[in-house]
Parts: sequence; structure tokens; C-alpha cells
Amino acid sequence: MASFGNAFSSSIGKKLIMGITGLFLISFLLVHCFINALIYVNDGGLTFNMGAHFMGTNWLIRAMEIVLFAGLLAHIIQGFRLVFQNQAARPVKYAVTNGAANSKWYSRSMGLLGTLLLIFLIVHINKFWVMSRFTGIPTTDANGNHDLFAVMVETFKDPLLVVLYVLAMVSLAYHLLHGFSSAFQTLGWNHKKYTPIIKSLGIWYSIIISLLFASMPIAMYLGLIK
Amino acid sequence: MSTGNMNLTLKIWRQKNTKAKGGLVDYKLSEISPDMSFLEMFDVLNEQLISKGDEPVVFDHDCREGICGACSMYIDGRPHGPKDGITTCQLHMRSFKDGDTIVVEPWRAKAFPVIKDLTVDRSAFDRVIAAGGFISVNTGNAQDANNLPIPKVQADSAFEAAACIGCGACVATCKNASAMLFVSAKISQLAQLPQGQPERYRRVQSMVAQMDAEGFGNCTNTGACEAECPKGISLENIARMNRDFYSAKFVSEEDI
Repeated sequence: MASFGNAFSSSIGKKLIMGITGLFLISFLLVHCFINALIYVNDGGLTFNMGAHFMGTNWLIRAMEIVLFAGLLAHIIQGFRLVFQNQAARPVKYAVTNGAANSKWYSRSMGLLGTLLLIFLIVHINKFWVMSRFTGIPTTDANGNHDLFAVMVETFKDPLLVVLYVLAMVSLAYHLLHGFSSAFQTLGWNHKKYTPIIKSLGIWYSIIISLLFASMPIAMYLGLIK
Repeated sequence: MSTGNMNLTLKIWRQKNTKAKGGLVDYKLSEISPDMSFLEMFDVLNEQLISKGDEPVVFDHDCREGICGACSMYIDGRPHGPKDGITTCQLHMRSFKDGDTIVVEPWRAKAFPVIKDLTVDRSAFDRVIAAGGFISVNTGNAQDANNLPIPKVQADSAFEAAACIGCGACVATCKNASAMLFVSAKISQLAQLPQGQPERYRRVQSMVAQMDAEGFGNCTNTGACEAECPKGISLENIARMNRDFYSAKFVSEEDI
């Protein structure tokens, strides 16, 4: 009988899981960033709350939320497994290494950057998602939607949290800077015509998405958005 | 034969055998010529050690013209030293300055155990090749070359992959000690030629399985291997290997 055999437990299969879940998370960030950017309509959060209401009530989005957590979990668990396996592949370390001579520091630090992002995610999910889905948002806005915007305003009065968010977005930028194009390489999509496009798209994506996300807590803290 | 004016301090990894604990040992060398190759500098050191009655430093070397891939030395944190696109035997002392301290270590990977000093056991590569890096042909007269038309681009690409000398610099420099550049080069040189087609998808599966069994790490696409490869083997080969592997596992109905 034909089977997939060790397709996913082989070294290439493990990369494939990282690549596919990574690209899925990249597509999620795009949606997340778009909805969040609705605060820049600057109408006291009415449009943003409408977006948040849609995301919280649409059945397709709610179903995708489960897929999202599964993908995130797979990415994290597989990532940690790879870090430990890769360390075990070199039991005796070099006395001197000059990694800067042949590769970018962030491409060699995906595990560290990912761990920083995980710490941020625990804080972030605890701050917003748990409240949105479980403990409940205390107030409603003029349209009768849950006022998630008010929660954001309240949260980003804390300068420490603003700093945490900005630092996390720096980690995100570097994580994506390697991850975006790396995922395509893992999928085998290396092509003289497309790879240069994918590489520059990856750079633009990483920078723009991280800047947009980082700008939100800053703008709220400075009172530019009310 | 010392005719130059360079004075160097070498920190060289000495290790009696695979099981023994090794360590870096300091050696002072004087009157080194900048025109010597790095290996000739080691010859000078070893002659001095022998005349003093000490054990010479064991290191791999063979052709000394950059085509055999034997000279595995990790010099100042890079395989084959500070220059790009060369092996250790092609590295000359003019790449260093008078008074420099140079650290020389063996390749480090679980799959490449140290045999003695700077010599490591790279037979893991041989076993990966034996697992599928060949084509099966009938003996007898070779058929006319023109019977097998191969586009120039394809032939060139296969040839570029075939330039791999199996030195192991890719494994040595990879932070994960991954052998994917080597294995993908060996797969790609055959996957792009008609002679390699009948066994193409069996080959990729058995060679990847052997690579994993040897204890090499997993590729994270840092690109260090490509940058350090003395023969300029490209990351495109790894992508091709990945594609062939997916085809074999997810498209083919054959079980291997």
C-alpha cells in the first residue's frame, strides 16, 4: 500500500511544515494589520470596532481562528524541535566562528527571534484576545459594538507596554526578513525569474507590516488617535 | 625552507583519537614566507615538531590544487579560511599579516567525528552517495553521445552541480551542521540529465533518508553553505532537491 512514509518526519518534511505554517501566519498578519489599521480612520474607533465585531462574529473567521491557533502551535513546536535537533547535530562547538562572513545574523537567530515573539504573543493574547472572546469587553460604542478601541486606548497608556510592543515588532521585522523568502526556498520555489521578486517583496512586507503595527501603540500613547 | 619574514602564533586543535578530549595548543612560527600556501606553512610546523621529537599535526590533504576537497581546516571561524571560493591548499600566507594569531579547528559535526587532530571522518558523505548517487547502466559499448540531446542550459546546470568536490565545507559552516547543499548537488547533477531520470525519485528519497540517518542537521536557509562553498554550488540545488522530494512523497504512487 502506498503511503506518505516519513514525508513529514524527514529533514525536508520538517522544513516544509515550518514553511507552510510560516506563510499561513504571514497571510494572517496581513488581515490582522488591515483590521487594526482601521484605527487610523480616527473616528473614535467606530470603524475599528465594526471590523472587530465582524472578525468576532463571522463564522468563517471563527473557524479560521482554530486553524490559526493550530498553525501557530505547529510553527512553535516544530521550531523548538528543530532548534534542539540542530544543536545536537554539532555536539562540540567551534572555539571561533565568523558567521557574519557568510550569512545574516537574523537568519542565524530565527529561534531566538521566534522565542521573543512567543513571549510577546503570550502578553498580547492575554491582553486582547482573552478579553474579546471570554472575559468580555466592558463597554460598547455609539453603534452598539463592543468597544475594543477603548480597551486599546487604555492599554497603551502604559509606556512599558508600548515599549514591549515596539520591541516585539523589531523582532517580527527581522523574523520575517528571513522567514518570508526562506519559506519559498523551502517549498522549492527558487526560480531565476521569480526569486528576486519574492526577495524584494519579502523585504517590503517585513518592513511595512512591522512599521504599521509598531506605529499603532505609539500613535495611541501620543494621543494622535482618539 | 623558511625564507620569509612572517611571525605567527597558531592555535591548533590537537586530539589524540576520536574518544580523547581535545584542546587548542599554541605554536609559534617564525620566518614564514607570504608566498607559502597554508598547507606548506603546516609542513614547516610539522618538520619542526618532528625534529623536536613531538607528534606532528595530523591534517587531510591530497592534490594541493583545489580539486580533491581533502584539506578540511576551519581557519579563524571559516572553512578554508578568510578567502572566498577556494580550498585550504589554495590559501596563501599573504592573506594574513605578520604577528597574526590564527585559530585552526577541524570540521565540527556529529556526522563528522574527529579521527585525530584536524582530520575528520567524512565517510557519512560516501554512505549518502552509496544510497543513491549513481545511475544504473548496462555495460558494453557507450552509445553515441548525439543519441541523447541535452539542452545547453541543462547541461551547464548539471555540470555546475557536479563541480561539488565533497569537501564538507557546507556542513562545517552551517550553524545546523546540515548537509543539504552537498546532497542536493549530488542529486541535481543526475536529476537534470536523461541518464538520471529512471532512478530520479528513488534517488532523492534514499539519499535524503541516509543524510538524516547520519545525524546531519536541518537546513534553515541561512545561505552560509553557498557563500563558503569552494566550488560555488548554488542554493537552487537545495530547492530542486526539495521539489523532487515532494514529488516523490506526495505525487508518486510508488513506496520507497
